[in-house]
Amino acid sequence: MTHVQHLKPFLKKTPFHEPMSAMMHGAGWIRWQGFYSPAFYDSTQSEYMACRNGATVYDVSPLIKYAIKGKDAAKFANYLVTRDLTKIKPMNAAYTAWCDDDGRMIEEGTIFRLGENEFLLNAALHQLHWLNESAYGFSVEIEEVSDTLAGLSLQGPNARVILETFGVQGIGKLPHFGIMETAVDGHWLRIDRAGFTGDLGYEIWVKPQDALWLWESLFRTGDPLKIAPMGGHALEMTRIEAGFILVDVDYIGSHHAIRPTQRVSPMEAGIGWAVALKKDAYFVGKRALQKERADGSSRFILSGIEIEGRKPAPGAFLYADEKGTKELGLTTSAMWSPLLKKNIAFAQIPPAYTKPGTQMWIEIWYPKEKKIERSMVKCWMRNRMFFDPPRKKEIV
Amino acid sequence: MAANNYDVIVIGAGHNGLVTSTYLAKAGQKVLVLEAGEQPGGAARTREFAKGYRVSAVAHLLHALHPKIIADLDLMQHGLKIADKAIGTSAMLPGGARLDITSDKVATQAAIAKFSQADSLAYHPRMERLVRLAGALGSFLLRTPPSPSPSSNDFQTKLALGMFALKLRMMGKKDMLELSRILTINVADLANDFFESDILKGLLGLEATLGVYLGPRSPNTVFNLLYRLASMDTKHGQGGHFLPQGGMGAVVDALAQAAKAAGVAIRTQAPVGRILIEKDQAVGVVLASGEEIRAPIIASSADPQRTLLHLVEPGNLDTEFLRRMRHLRMNGCVAKVHLALDGLPDVFRNAQGRMIFAPSTNYVEHAFDCAKYGRVADNPALEIVVPTLTDPSLAPSGKHVMSILSQYAPYKLRTTTADEARTQVLERTLNVLEQIAPGVKAQVTASEVLTPQDMESQFNLSGGQWHHGEVTLDQVFFLRPAASFQQYKMPLPGLWLCGAGAHPGGNVSGAAGANAAREILKDVKGRRGHVA
Repeated sequence: MTHVQHLKPFLKKTPFHEPMSAMMHGAGWIRWQGFYSPAFYDSTQSEYMACRNGATVYDVSPLIKYAIKGKDAAKFANYLVTRDLTKIKPMNAAYTAWCDDDGRMIEEGTIFRLGENEFLLNAALHQLHWLNESAYGFSVEIEEVSDTLAGLSLQGPNARVILETFGVQGIGKLPHFGIMETAVDGHWLRIDRAGFTGDLGYEIWVKPQDALWLWESLFRTGDPLKIAPMGGHALEMTRIEAGFILVDVDYIGSHHAIRPTQRVSPMEAGIGWAVALKKDAYFVGKRALQKERADGSSRFILSGIEIEGRKPAPGAFLYADEKGTKELGLTTSAMWSPLLKKNIAFAQIPPAYTKPGTQMWIEIWYPKEKKIERSMVKCWMRNRMFFDPPRKKEIV
Repeated sequence: MAANNYDVIVIGAGHNGLVTSTYLAKAGQKVLVLEAGEQPGGAARTREFAKGYRVSAVAHLLHALHPKIIADLDLMQHGLKIADKAIGTSAMLPGGARLDITSDKVATQAAIAKFSQADSLAYHPRMERLVRLAGALGSFLLRTPPSPSPSSNDFQTKLALGMFALKLRMMGKKDMLELSRILTINVADLANDFFESDILKGLLGLEATLGVYLGPRSPNTVFNLLYRLASMDTKHGQGGHFLPQGGMGAVVDALAQAAKAAGVAIRTQAPVGRILIEKDQAVGVVLASGEEIRAPIIASSADPQRTLLHLVEPGNLDTEFLRRMRHLRMNGCVAKVHLALDGLPDVFRNAQGRMIFAPSTNYVEHAFDCAKYGRVADNPALEIVVPTLTDPSLAPSGKHVMSILSQYAPYKLRTTTADEARTQVLERTLNVLEQIAPGVKAQVTASEVLTPQDMESQFNLSGGQWHHGEVTLDQVFFLRPAASFQQYKMPLPGLWLCGAGAHPGGNVSGAAGANAAREILKDVKGRRGHVA
């Protein structure tokens, strides 16, 4: 997957491509939304450790961004997504899902409220058609503005100090999911305090022509503070520790499910907290989701589990008993966490088994000396947010 | 304003709105009907288009008013008058020649024999078979369509579906196979299969396409023909075409009388601006004047697009459902032409009450070709009635009114403006009339043209589509107005659809209204049971 040789003529380069290229030691490019994106620069393990102990920089420019403006923008955005956006003040962001009529999740992402009637929706997949269809009757303009912003995600315990040193005034006061706009050396910056690592971190957005300036300034400032570039593989490890789900890995987006039963509700995807069933306004899928909640008809909940031993268990079956007579569900993402020293995974578990600490059994198949061996070990239901340091939300 | 003492608000006092409200009032519900126009009637109103000349506004022939509704609502006691004898149909040709089809079989056969001996023998067996096939489908007109997910059907619906299947099976193998063969095909093929004379083929071609944006060679047109023929069976309709005394308005007057007698309050000139929604439920309506009226049940007899895209404000229904509603095929394609005549040429006086000008399949198809590319038909196909022959009071003494359906005049025009279209419709319709009866143009003293755009603006018919959505296989039965929402209950709790946009669709039949009332009552009783 890391080789994109045959795709090279077609892939686009993000504004950060040149400096990323210079640091790329191996054949670490993968494609992401038609762009070159680093899977790793040198070693995934060292990039992961850099994120947890220093600070890392990951290019998030390929994210798809939609600007939603107009006099009904607030009403429309609140109708589109499951979170209650009336509770999100301007210059704040919210993590949210959006669903189809049946309350099945199309995707989840971050919506930035830049003004009373001005939003920016970040998505991993193209959504313009759905947004336009949903906007029927509303006075809004929706535009894809992906190419107008270049972004770096600066994550890790040293992230704030780096930005302070870099010259961003008041960064310590920026709350979790807060947004600020400022200027450094005459360059416009938008910074939001969020990320995909579960650590203290910021996403820094600039105009594409300022991308090189941002990269060079950050690395110059961050050098004594253990700044390092990070690729997608290390990001994958950090996001599993943080409990963040990924479309088409941990759930299948409802618009590309092959069978209707593959589609999941936000509750089933383990982000039921992001569904504001009590919000005043209607939102797409609300009636279906209310019914699911009232009937208790969620088939499973994507939860965190801790597994005995050290063998990573992606795609492993869970059972109620050691003999494996009663199947419970399946893991999606899984890893050995070097930081927590725990074998962790996300698993689709029936609601009856989701009380923290519930013991289950898991069947892991693993390669050993040219053979595939089976082990049936215990696992326990845990909070999916395995890594959640206080510094993530701390205000200084 | 504490006017919160109605159980049900019905939007629109067209025939379906009146039928729903009367059934509900008879079952003890307190019902308010809100009508935008000056009188009840909707598209079935009779109105004056020139001084002293009155005519049925849109629908001009009665054939489908369901006999069970006439009986249930005592419409005869409330002034409904249906003539003893149905009117015949004359297929007209240029120069005044014609073919009369009447209830007199022998005469009809003889008339057809002048065009084709083979057709004169084939006509009755073929048409009777079509009516028989249509009758089997017709038995579902007054039933609620089943849900495609079997578990959500109650016993009544399952029983009805079972009886329906049984009825189809009981038609015998030959009829059943014939029905499955012809159900989805085009009427041009069917006509070629059945007859050899152009005049009969053209007649069938127009019967099958009247009111749908399809030409005789478009698939699905046989279904539309069967749909019309269902009312030609006295079990499901009048068993023929009738020109009501006093125009269609008299039918609506009888319905309004029945409604008032049952205790329904009717408010005219009270256009609904929007449906009032609180906590994701319909709780009332807000009139265009700003007045708010509340009721736990809102039944709309306006078309699905008007109801769900306009009366319900954006942000209250789901995206895919709304997309379905937006994409309902509602492309009106018939213009209504009203003529005030100084005198009546003998050609029209001697013909049967319903005259069709569609001399061949190609004639109708060519007319459709124009519409397909967004133009008014160069040579329109016509359905002509002269209401003053049965009811002289509609015009000053000695004068006549002619009411014409001129097909095709599409709602979606490419370069023609609405005003140009109106002029073209009149001009081209008169040209065709002139071919039938030379000199008739000179006798026209006043005229009115209602294009589909006019029907939309004057009668709130979205797309000028008088069936509230074309009656084609993909828009009927459990797909009307959309799959999973076919049982009159709309996704917004408290909102019901009781107009022709719901099963079984258009024509002045009242069936949609009666079905909706039954479902609403079922729901009300269910909830009462719940509380107790």
